[in-house]
Amino acid sequence: MLDYVIPLCLVLMSLSVLLTVVRLIKGPDLPDRVLALDTLYINALALIVLFGIWLGSGLFFEAALLIAVMGFVSTVAVAKYLLRGDIIE
Amino acid sequence: MMARCWPHPLLSLFLLATWLLLVNDLGIGHWLLGGFLGWAIPQLTQAFWVRTPRVSRPLKLVGFLLMVVGDIAVANLQVARLILSPTRRLHPAFVEVPMELDDELALTILASVITLTPGTVSADLSDDRRTLLVHGLDVGDEAELAASIKSRYEAPLKEIFACSTT
Amino acid sequence: MPLNPWIEALVALFLVAGSLFALIGAIGLYRLPDFFTRLHAPTKATTLGVGGMVIASMIYFSARNGSLSLHELLITLFLFITAPVSAHVLAKAAMQQKLRLHDSTRGKPWQQ
Repeated sequence: MLDYVIPLCLVLMSLSVLLTVVRLIKGPDLPDRVLALDTLYINALALIVLFGIWLGSGLFFEAALLIAVMGFVSTVAVAKYLLRGDIIE
Repeated sequence: MMARCWPHPLLSLFLLATWLLLVNDLGIGHWLLGGFLGWAIPQLTQAFWVRTPRVSRPLKLVGFLLMVVGDIAVANLQVARLILSPTRRLHPAFVEVPMELDDELALTILASVITLTPGTVSADLSDDRRTLLVHGLDVGDEAELAASIKSRYEAPLKEIFACSTT
Repeated sequence: MPLNPWIEALVALFLVAGSLFALIGAIGLYRLPDFFTRLHAPTKATTLGVGGMVIASMIYFSARNGSLSLHELLITLFLFITAPVSAHVLAKAAMQQKLRLHDSTRGKPWQQ
């Protein structure tokens, strides 16, 4: 059963990544783009976990955790740049 | 003595649990190593803590977190319905909620919980920490939203952290 | 080791639920009218989407290896702690830039 369900989920996740990329291109403002990037990294996280289940490999866990950490830090850094015009004060 | 060895008991427990999850192994060696880390890291970071948050009712904290997880799951369906229905029918609003909490950690938890529970995002806290600005996705009645936030999330947090109600 | 069909069904259920939530979050991001309403969709729906995936992965690896695998919980925990923070910072940035609000919005953001 998983052989059918996982490709279906991959399609659903790819659709959501596409919609997010459309928002990333459309904007209209900088915070919208940052929000789209934030959503994009969370979606990538879900895709990696899904891919790990598909291959039956636990190795992808570390990659997912690293993406979560880096994505959060970069979102906050860019948002802080928008807010103050500077990252490290 | 107790307070000097274990300045932050909850933080130590949290570090131990994180270590055990990270290595994904419940062997006795990892319990010992995790216990050591849970003891050493609060000691080393002692200088950075401005003041120790006091949790007077840890059991109630667990109950509160479980309730929040339940709320997140149930009310997400509500937001899903709002997103898929026509956008004309949305009534977004900025609502000011007066705060009675004065503890930094409690305020952080409250703001995070408000953001995680669907339909509301906490946008800003006033400089005197007395008012929280909340953005609601679909608000019927502003006063009702503020009252429900206060009774459902603020009241239990006030009990857990034993805040003085000033 | 072949999986018990019931466990497989449970994993499939969580996977589908997770990806549906992530998709709904992305749809919200795509079609809601202004920034502050768009902020609602990804911070919650997407976090829950990843949560569903992670639970599925937990059940799958626990059943397949015959030993409890809980470390995926760390991802969910981390996301649940960080998602409100990034939403809050983004909301502050948006208020400072005085983004356009949807016409039916009541109340006003504060002046920064």
